[in-house]
Amino acid sequence: MAGAAIHGRLTWLVAEVVGLVEETPRARSLILNCPGWAGHRPGQHIDVRLTAADGYQAQRSYSIATPADGERVTITVERVENGEVSSYLIDEARVGDRFELRGPIGGYFVWEPGRGQPLFLVAGGSGIVPLMAMIRARLLTGSEEVRCVVSARSLEDVIYREELQRAAARRDGIAVTTTLTRSHPEGWPGPSRRVDREMLGELGWPPSERPLTFVCGPTGFVESVASALVGLGHEPERIRTERFGPTGG
Amino acid sequence: MSFVTRGFGGRRGVEAPPGRVPPGQYATSDFPVLSAGPTPRVELDEWRLTITDTRGAEVSWSWDELQALDSESPKVDIHCVTKWTKLDTSWQGVSLDTLLADVDLIGARYVLAHSYGGYSTNLPLPDLTGGKAWIAHSYEGRPLAPEHGGPARLLVPHLYFWKSAKWVNRLVLLESDRPGFWESYGYHNYGDPWREQRYTGD
Repeated sequence: MAGAAIHGRLTWLVAEVVGLVEETPRARSLILNCPGWAGHRPGQHIDVRLTAADGYQAQRSYSIATPADGERVTITVERVENGEVSSYLIDEARVGDRFELRGPIGGYFVWEPGRGQPLFLVAGGSGIVPLMAMIRARLLTGSEEVRCVVSARSLEDVIYREELQRAAARRDGIAVTTTLTRSHPEGWPGPSRRVDREMLGELGWPPSERPLTFVCGPTGFVESVASALVGLGHEPERIRTERFGPTGG
Repeated sequence: MSFVTRGFGGRRGVEAPPGRVPPGQYATSDFPVLSAGPTPRVELDEWRLTITDTRGAEVSWSWDELQALDSESPKVDIHCVTKWTKLDTSWQGVSLDTLLADVDLIGARYVLAHSYGGYSTNLPLPDLTGGKAWIAHSYEGRPLAPEHGGPARLLVPHLYFWKSAKWVNRLVLLESDRPGFWESYGYHNYGDPWREQRYTGD
């Protein structure tokens, strides 16, 4: 478990919004240009700091959705009820606006192509964001076999839906299954229940393949998925989790 | 002076009395959960807490032995490095002063706390003594839930909450400092929320 992810001080940088993508009715990607950004690894996150005219500040953390790409950093933000930062980023921020960020932060919930072992990614809701950075990195330079389970409330809530479909359609080792937990279209061919032990056994790797597993989503989701994976015989040390509560902001 | 963000007014969240929320934090009434891996499940009859002194000698308590010690009921504010602060949380647990009274502290200046599941975090010994730290086994009058670190966790509320190791099972007293888990991944070695020591170099 060695390997410092952050060398020296993390300074606040000023980033400019250069693009916006409305991903779902509740989630938006912000493409940021951030002079001075030193790069990052898939799975890492940033701190965003907003400052009001009277000096009031609010900080929140957001996962980076893309692999390193020069001074470009893309985050995907889901609306949080009464979230002062998420509602600014989703409702207010426009191309050309600027705010502060610093990072990259986190060195454990990280995956890069070249590790060789099969990868299992399990996402609940906007938990797909850091996992998408891993999938995008794999598409660019990797060859690992990837299985991915995405849980969302409804089809319109699936973030990166078309890109995930395209990744799976390449048939070069990335399999994606989406399960819809609240509502699903007529004739929906996929699962329509919460991720459970049976689903993980069916769609994941057998423990004997020694996959590296990343689970990200709301607390209850991560608790239940990680416990089920341990119950299926996966080594706890090979299951990495990232959780966010309802107060992510 | 920080950069002013156009269009941001701020909602200022949960009302908090002045002086209770450290810089960069916001008050919440929830109790979010953060951990790096699956929640370890520890049976009480297998649970043990061990303190190792600088010569390697061990003092150890079973669950029943821990429960038999004097317990305290601290009501404290807790601060997570992910920005949330929770005010007036009520815990029950055994003060580290009580536990360390049975341990030889000669040469000890630092502590590396270890947990079931492999987590670790480091602290200076003086941050665990003088009524500032507990082995907490109850939260808001109930046994501490596994996802919050049960059966028992370290509670060191004056530092960011990653220092309050969940599922704690061993404290190793050390002559020199050694980074723990998050401290090896770029988080601050000490973690004082009032000085906003989140990451290395802060």
